[in-house]
Amino acid sequence: MTYHQPVPLLWWTRRRSYVVFVLRELSSVAVAWFVVHFLLLVTAVHRGPGAYQEFLDWSARPLILVVNLVALAFVVLHAVTWFNLAPKALVVRVQGQQVPPRMIAAGHFGAWFVVSAIVAWVLVVML
Amino acid sequence: MAGARKPAEPAGRVSTAKPSRVEAAAWLMFSAGGMVTALLVPVLMLLFGVLFPLGVLTPPDHAGFAALLSHQLVRILLLGLCVLALLHWAHRFRYTLFDGLQLDRTRTAINVLCYAAVLAGSVWAAVVLFA
Amino acid sequence: MPDTITLQVARYRPESESAPTLQEYEVPLREEWAVLDGLNYVKDHLDGTLSFRWSCRMGICGSCGMTVNGDPALTCGTFLTDYAPGPVRVEPLANFPVIRDLVVEIDDFLHKLPEVKPWLVRDDDGGVDDVEFLQTPEQLDAYKQYSMCINCMLCYSACPVYGIEPDFLGPAAIALAQRYNLAPATSAHQRLDVLATDAGVWACTYVGECTRACPKGVDPAGAIQRYKLTAAARTLLPWGKR
Repeated sequence: MTYHQPVPLLWWTRRRSYVVFVLRELSSVAVAWFVVHFLLLVTAVHRGPGAYQEFLDWSARPLILVVNLVALAFVVLHAVTWFNLAPKALVVRVQGQQVPPRMIAAGHFGAWFVVSAIVAWVLVVML
Repeated sequence: MAGARKPAEPAGRVSTAKPSRVEAAAWLMFSAGGMVTALLVPVLMLLFGVLFPLGVLTPPDHAGFAALLSHQLVRILLLGLCVLALLHWAHRFRYTLFDGLQLDRTRTAINVLCYAAVLAGSVWAAVVLFA
Repeated sequence: MPDTITLQVARYRPESESAPTLQEYEVPLREEWAVLDGLNYVKDHLDGTLSFRWSCRMGICGSCGMTVNGDPALTCGTFLTDYAPGPVRVEPLANFPVIRDLVVEIDDFLHKLPEVKPWLVRDDDGGVDDVEFLQTPEQLDAYKQYSMCINCMLCYSACPVYGIEPDFLGPAAIALAQRYNLAPATSAHQRLDVLATDAGVWACTYVGECTRACPKGVDPAGAIQRYKLTAAARTLLPWGKR
């Protein structure tokens, strides 16, 4: 009889790299929470200035603030791991030469910075 | 030998499988969602989740913000962001359950629940954004 | 440096035990000794009943893969001094059924490997008269790393998805498929039916441990990730070449 080595239910707690993997996967929950929070924001804006201010006050409550800070940490983890993995799926050739993976990752990080700057400029400076 | 040990899986099982268009589509949407959320969500979460509520930065004033949100192009783009973000969540979250909690046997139920949530969330997003 | 180091070796004797146990052996600690040398010392001097696979002792044959202190490793390339003062825990490769002691059953992997048709497959069957396929150094570079696989199965041992879903085609088989997909003389869509399935690339969630475990610098995680894009394009786009 062969012995089948069991996989523990919480196998990913046994290794640091597995823990990081599961945290990366759980970042999707933070992405879903962002959608919920954002749609509540838009709802409040449509209701009028009072509701909008109420929503901002609600978001400043300690519990919601902590949830949003944790969500922020997770979405940053998502972004960083996503851009680092991008060159694995994307192999780009320019004039027969393969673009180095580091260049592709750097391009993604650059795009992240530019997009973030534009969004921040629109929301903070323009409005 | 008398068949004392059989292989862990019957040979040839893999070759009888068919390419899965459904999984391909789910992964493509997951990837598209992963890209747009990675680009946009951190800055939006930082501003609306932390800096504006705390008053570190002045939040957009209501009139201008409402005008921006009622622009048709902005509505379409935000709906796209929300739907893709939800599709990204659904794919990743169901696999987290399959593998992380070894819920492989309830695969179908988890798939249905996750994508039903995407559908509900997308309808909600459309209603809110185009209100 | 102490003279000896303790090996904690997993023993499984199916005729008398229902589960593996750890047995301790004191072996000489020498600078040039790999874990495999310690095991061979046990076999030759302390306990002739210990069973394990090995052959070349130089990282080519892929036989001596085991779990050393929790990590999948070739025991011929893992040195005892790196674990001093010890103890060093030596267990069979994870995710595989254990036959005896450190020997695992590899039938599943051996059945999966030919599934991906690891040879050149061409649409135009030109016959044997026209068998010279020229390729540029760039074309060789595109797939060369995938051809370095020695079938040691460390990547399967490191892959949690394979542990949970034994149907998963797995890292080495898919990397080998990519080796032939990317070769200029082959037609890549021949392997679509095997690779673009629930048990193929779509089962992978990119843990990335297969690539970290590989002793030969192959990047199976990258191969799978890259094929996902190919598979999505070929199965979904109307103009994807079928």
